[in-house]
Amino acid sequence: MHTLSIKQLGEALRARKFSSRELTQHYLKRIEAFDPQLNSYITVTADLALAAADAADARLARGEGGPLTGIPLGQKDIFCTTGVRTSCASRMLDKFVSPYDATIVKKLQAEAGMPMLGKLNMDEFAMGSSNETSWYGPVKNPWDVTRVPGGSSGGSVAAVAAGLAPVATATDTGGSIRQPAALTNLTGIKPTYGRVSRFGMIAFASSLDQAGVVARSAEDAAQVLQAMSGFDPLDSTSLDRPVDDLVAPLGRSIQGLRVGLPKEYFAEGLDAGVRACIDGAIAELKKLGATFTEVSLPNSPLSVPTYYVVAPAEASSNLARFDGVRYGHRAEGVTALEDLYSRSRAEGFGPEVQRRIMIGTYVLSHGYYDAYYLQAQKVRRLIYDDFRRVFEQVDVILGPTATDVAFKLGSKTDDPVSMYLNDIYTIAANLAGIPAMSLPCGFKDGLPVGLQLMGNFFDEAKLLNVAHQYQQVTGWHQQSPKGFE
Amino acid sequence: MSLSPEQIRQVAKLARLELNPSLTDAYAGQISNILELVGQLSAAKTEGVGPMAHPLDMTQRLRPDEVSQPDQREAFQAIAPAVQDGLYLVPKVIE
Repeated sequence: MHTLSIKQLGEALRARKFSSRELTQHYLKRIEAFDPQLNSYITVTADLALAAADAADARLARGEGGPLTGIPLGQKDIFCTTGVRTSCASRMLDKFVSPYDATIVKKLQAEAGMPMLGKLNMDEFAMGSSNETSWYGPVKNPWDVTRVPGGSSGGSVAAVAAGLAPVATATDTGGSIRQPAALTNLTGIKPTYGRVSRFGMIAFASSLDQAGVVARSAEDAAQVLQAMSGFDPLDSTSLDRPVDDLVAPLGRSIQGLRVGLPKEYFAEGLDAGVRACIDGAIAELKKLGATFTEVSLPNSPLSVPTYYVVAPAEASSNLARFDGVRYGHRAEGVTALEDLYSRSRAEGFGPEVQRRIMIGTYVLSHGYYDAYYLQAQKVRRLIYDDFRRVFEQVDVILGPTATDVAFKLGSKTDDPVSMYLNDIYTIAANLAGIPAMSLPCGFKDGLPVGLQLMGNFFDEAKLLNVAHQYQQVTGWHQQSPKGFE
Repeated sequence: MSLSPEQIRQVAKLARLELNPSLTDAYAGQISNILELVGQLSAAKTEGVGPMAHPLDMTQRLRPDEVSQPDQREAFQAIAPAVQDGLYLVPKVIE
């Protein structure tokens, strides 16, 4: 059952070949058997999942429900869920149970009828590219358990890649959907900023954060993203425009598609083995009728420095809410209010989160604001203008998702700058706000390589269409890691 | 741009983070390296470029000034570490 696509699962459930309870139990058993090797779940919600499966079966028996009803999913532990701990992989929220549901939790679970298997591991407050900053320990890559799965959505990708969930939600502030998808042979999409509601998604950097999905194919991703997307009055930056049909256009031909290859994404720093896989994908897409031109995003080398001003600045402000008073961790035995704040925060946040709060505090502080924050916001506009110019000539931009395949656990934990450079190809899309995705395009030394597609604003349907057409003529996305059959 | 341990102590104070003294030097080194990376921004030519705060250059949406949310005081109090009579408890601030 765990090798079937979302579409096949939906058809089998509606034909009553198996029930949602049976399907959900199957996944719960697999989690029990395999997750001790991976640590992809922080919380498994077996009883709630089975109750939701029974409700889905009842809907299906009445001839109700939609294409996703009864198909279980994993939720990244950044989305608030009533009655179930939402930790954001932080000691700060180790005992936090949200009084409300995130909008996407309502949409996918209550409305679409997907039972939640559990809450997935991640980097603490989504700050990381390796899933090693989690308070609950690192997640292992199912393709090689001595390597990282990428981050911050490391639990989401490890679970889906190992068949411990058919699909999972994820979030992407600087590459946290695409880089882990690339490192685990999955298809992951970050839609246009504002497309998916941020209500109930614990904030990291509010002008960059966007929710999306990781799945085993573009078709699977399209169906789930369709159900997550849409205007939400509870999110003040939600896009108030209709959501395109993401599923129907998947089958369209891509004959005549204009693809831009940004020369900065193929410059020094890109591994030769990864490059070879990307070149192979370009050749396949040419056979499907796509045309390629070299383009330039001249300011893209500045995207990492820009991000490491903007994101920590926003994070330091967002994380100021954790004060040990209203919710979250509270230090014991403190007699002064000032100490209550600073001790609760020092005990509740891990080192990477503290580092980023300090950077953000510094770049926003008096005397440094113009040199760092204001300058970064100006460079952000230059990066955005690069994309606008290029999208006048091409329909999509193609390049690598990451410079190399998954690295060894622990190999970059002492060097934040080298860790940050993991996101060199993914950050620009967040700064500009455009949709982007990663899909499997080959292997180097037995480890998956990801291909990145970036689209113009609101062009999720086009990206998914291109990815689906590529997946009709290639089999990379059908490969699964050994040992999790 | 490098930060001294003294500057780290000041930033931690502003950020309301109690600094473990044994980590001050490590933070100073790491944060200095990050600021060095960020320093590349100073070379960018940005005269006449307007700062971009937000991807879609959105303006804040307004809604009618009507009650739309139910009272959830009890639910919010239930998740607080220390409350009494509907109030949040903090260490004494006035003698």
